[in-house]
Amino acid sequence: MTSKTLGSVAVLALIAGAASAQEVRVYNWSDYIDEALLTQFEEETGIDLIYDVFDSNEVLETKMLAGSSGYDVVVPTGTFLQRQIEAGAFRKLDKSQLPNLDNMWDVVSSRTAQYDPDNAYSINYMWGTTGIGVNVGKVTEILGEDAPISSWDLVFDPANMEKLAECGVHFLDAPAEMIPAALNYIGEDPDSHDPDVIAKAGEVFEPIRPYIQKFHSSEYINALANGDICVAVGWSGDILQARDRAAEADNGVVIAYNAPDEGAQMWFDQMAIPVDAPNPEAAHTFLNFIMDAENMAAASNYVYYANGNEASQEFLVEDVIGDPAIYPTPAALENLFTTTPYPPRVQRTVTRLWTEIKSGV
Amino acid sequence: MRKAFLIAVPYLWLLLLFLVPFLIVLKISLSDIALAIPPYTPTLDVSAGWQGIREFFAALDFENYVFLTTDDLYWKAYLSSLQIAGVSTLITLAVGYPIAYAMARAAPEWRPTLLMLVILPFWTSFLIRVYSWMGILSSEGVLNQLLMGLGLISEPLQILSTNIAVYIGIVYTYLPFMILPIYAALEKMDESLLEAAEDLGCSRLSAFWLVTVPLSKSGIIAGCFLVFIPAIGEFVIPSLLGGSNTLMIGKVLWEEFFSNRDWPVASAVAIILLLILIVPIVLFQRNEQKAREAEG
Repeated sequence: MTSKTLGSVAVLALIAGAASAQEVRVYNWSDYIDEALLTQFEEETGIDLIYDVFDSNEVLETKMLAGSSGYDVVVPTGTFLQRQIEAGAFRKLDKSQLPNLDNMWDVVSSRTAQYDPDNAYSINYMWGTTGIGVNVGKVTEILGEDAPISSWDLVFDPANMEKLAECGVHFLDAPAEMIPAALNYIGEDPDSHDPDVIAKAGEVFEPIRPYIQKFHSSEYINALANGDICVAVGWSGDILQARDRAAEADNGVVIAYNAPDEGAQMWFDQMAIPVDAPNPEAAHTFLNFIMDAENMAAASNYVYYANGNEASQEFLVEDVIGDPAIYPTPAALENLFTTTPYPPRVQRTVTRLWTEIKSGV
Repeated sequence: MRKAFLIAVPYLWLLLLFLVPFLIVLKISLSDIALAIPPYTPTLDVSAGWQGIREFFAALDFENYVFLTTDDLYWKAYLSSLQIAGVSTLITLAVGYPIAYAMARAAPEWRPTLLMLVILPFWTSFLIRVYSWMGILSSEGVLNQLLMGLGLISEPLQILSTNIAVYIGIVYTYLPFMILPIYAALEKMDESLLEAAEDLGCSRLSAFWLVTVPLSKSGIIAGCFLVFIPAIGEFVIPSLLGGSNTLMIGKVLWEEFFSNRDWPVASAVAIILLLILIVPIVLFQRNEQKAREAEG
């Protein structure tokens, strides 16, 4: 072998190495995708996919604000996305690389534009509501057949909570969702940024606090499914996943989810590309892959969350598209509210109040 | 020359891995919160030259430390952490000392095996070990099932999500750090000293208190430091095993950092924690040194 051919072989090997080293790092919520899609992506595109998960917006946001997270695609919720866009954490999408944008649903896009004007930085992945999951058998056993399982009374009325405490109640550890829910319950503006109004949420929690077993944002899925707890204030799809796990386990636990009649928060998880993403091109490939109608439908069919992809709807199973807990009826949509991010000073009030609610200090 | 080089290595290590990070945290604690990457201001702009450096220092102040005094959350969290760490250290000592003692008194051919058994848990991830405690302590967990199966209790005990679970977690996790230094001290001990004490009329118990315990003092102190210091800033154990009313400074720090995105206040909390730990340690060491000098 001459040195010339040796050289060209080396160059070829380098090119091949670079091609196979193409990778995309995705940071998404836990229990939030059908993992078959991840392998499918790698097979179709030849890009290595590194998939990490988190369970709170705060953790993601801190990584974004620290910079150099190393991720190519991240999935913040609308309110957090808006603040991170302001901080300059994201890169504008190159829509020419995203032909599947045509699949998106304007009912959702028009709402997400509230956080991300023109949807310039993000695409909708999933959306859902924050409501109440109950273990139907246990709750009706304790509170009787007419237990208010589709009302915030179930968890905000101390009389109910006192009885439910024995079978276990979890709340989300997410002040940006729990405080609006409490404000909405007492007829205040759930999106209020007035510290005096926000303080009233504390008065709602004060009498029920001793009956709350835990504030946590992911444990309740298993806890509900196993029958360890009987009520969880949580995210729609997570509770529906618990319902499914319980049905699969055939352990006699029946879970139901309701976005309460008094109104519930609607939120949007958006996929965005960090400004310092190592591989923005592969990130666009991933976003486009996710926006494919069949792929998006597969994801929704698996995690029981609604998506912002209109074209995917024909591929959704009846269990998903036909379930008003996932795709609310137009009338129920009216009952859902959205919130906006808190400015730093108000954020401190909210966090402090939340610490007080959780720990009593 | 060679000696200076040898001394320089640990000093360089300390400088790089302790002093520099400390100065960075100190600097952030004097900054102000901002909506940017990174989320505080000022950041040092070297390109602006001398003027930039002067502006940088002019923008630093102590207001975050003043802020910490305006809310009783912080000192309550410090106190509660001190209490949890202190009590856990005492329990760890009470559990660890007999184990170390038994190991040191075991037949020499057994000691390496026993030592191995103490170290063995480290082969499993710390997180998994804490999670398995959740499985043991939960109301449907192994412990409650066992106690109910034996007929000792009729209702499951609520241990998980309480401070008791935090104590169990800390004692379990840090026990090896207590056992190892005490074992090292006890193993070196000359047993003829005990015989001498008994010959001179000591009972076995008073020989233990008058000879064994003082001779293992260095091990006890090292063990207590190794348990107390990490326990006071512990975050994982209280957040996984503790309840919502478990107040520890590690959790407060997390909230400042993650929920409020207030790195400056979070840094101030961390600096105060460091002072709480370092001041007593330095005082203690000085005291020891004086005692040693007095003896010498």
